[in-house]
Amino acid sequence: MVKQNNLKALTGGAAAAEAIRQINPDVFSAYPITPQTPIIQGFAQMVADKKVETKFILVESEHSALSVIVGSTAAGGRSMTATSSQGLALMSEILPVASGMRLPIVMNLATRALSSPINIHNDHQDAMMVRDLGWIQIFCENNQEVYENNFLAVRLAESPEVMLPVMVCQDGFITSHNIERVTVWPDRVIKKFLGEYRPKHFLLDLKNPSTMGPFAMPDYYFEIKHQVVVAMEKAKKTYLAVGRELRKITGHRYGCLEKYFLADARAVIVVMGSTAGTVRGVVEEMRKQGKKVGLLKINLFRPFPYQEVKRALAGVGMVGVLERTMGFGSVSPLAGEIRISLAGKRIRDYSFGLGGRDIGAEEIEKIFLQLLGNRTVDRPQYIGLRK
Amino acid sequence: MKNKNKQKILPGGIINQPGSSRNYKTGSWRVNKPIWDRNKCIHCGLCVNYCPENCILFKGGKREETDFDYCKGCGICARICPVKAIKMSREDKSG
Repeated sequence: MVKQNNLKALTGGAAAAEAIRQINPDVFSAYPITPQTPIIQGFAQMVADKKVETKFILVESEHSALSVIVGSTAAGGRSMTATSSQGLALMSEILPVASGMRLPIVMNLATRALSSPINIHNDHQDAMMVRDLGWIQIFCENNQEVYENNFLAVRLAESPEVMLPVMVCQDGFITSHNIERVTVWPDRVIKKFLGEYRPKHFLLDLKNPSTMGPFAMPDYYFEIKHQVVVAMEKAKKTYLAVGRELRKITGHRYGCLEKYFLADARAVIVVMGSTAGTVRGVVEEMRKQGKKVGLLKINLFRPFPYQEVKRALAGVGMVGVLERTMGFGSVSPLAGEIRISLAGKRIRDYSFGLGGRDIGAEEIEKIFLQLLGNRTVDRPQYIGLRK
Repeated sequence: MKNKNKQKILPGGIINQPGSSRNYKTGSWRVNKPIWDRNKCIHCGLCVNYCPENCILFKGGKREETDFDYCKGCGICARICPVKAIKMSREDKSG
């Protein structure tokens, strides 16, 4: 752990802004009014005070904010943005563009409710709405985690085997607007940890001209989109590896999960975000009364750590999944993932037909024969995908 | 799915070979084929200018045969020809 550090009283938003100051991205773009959070208010002040060299681009909508960042990242610059709630909804068209183009963008998200009814407060509906668009999603419990996960996110996103955008999620208001003590690590230490962004392909590489984000017909679309699946599979290992490196600076752990009194627990609550702190307090109190309860906090929601969850919950009795969303005609997304982690062996996953690719009767028959003959593997299969 | 156009797929589908769309032969999309009657043709060049694929060649003031590697068979040339020197006929895919 690095000895010289600096204690500051920061909101979650200010903690994110402080991290972005230390990251000193080439470009930052955001929509400047509500549903924006203190993240860009704080960072805009740093830009005005010339504490960073970042080109700060204010735009007329979140759709444009992310479009600017897609462009600047493709051009070869380290670029970041931040949003919340309806703003993320407006960005949603560009989110799969960022992941499909393999652009290592880092976005800070203060998770908040979606209209209607109109509301400004915290839940996870915005993050959950975009959970399957190829973005890595890290959930933070407190301001310190927000601050440090930003550094982890930059390194994770830019890792050559990953090259995916990352969303650092903090609970709107509960985390983003509340002041906590945050240990701030020295600029030079963070700068050294982050290194330079050196993409293999970028648009302003005039010696090697390229086309990015091209049109792809059914004969190429599936393979290009499948790259995101492969990158996501690799992202978990990289997340843990970068986390171990960051731990040398901060002394903190960056696991996919955090297990708290799980070993002998008869009842466990699974939760993400700031509520984990509250649950931890309750577990502590109930343990004092001899009640065998525990907490499983999910830090990494995408890619989802199915195997880790399965192992963590293997010996426990009942599991309660506590999530700030609900399913409309379904279960909450987190509950769904936990149910999958603990599910039996009777279900297999097959993806097919992306980008208009056809599926044939013989392929469907093959699936039936695999299922009937019990000749299947317990991981997603891609029908018609070229090797 | 069989890949007729063997192009290496880079991260995010980046294309780093300028002009590689030439390798993508859109002629396979064709249902109807333009049949050009060179005896009727007055070499006005209208079809050359209207062709959205730029696949009717024009050299030394003369129209030449359509480049069927890229002609999608849209029929605009047949429609625009002032002397009806181009007719659309069903593509024979058997050969």
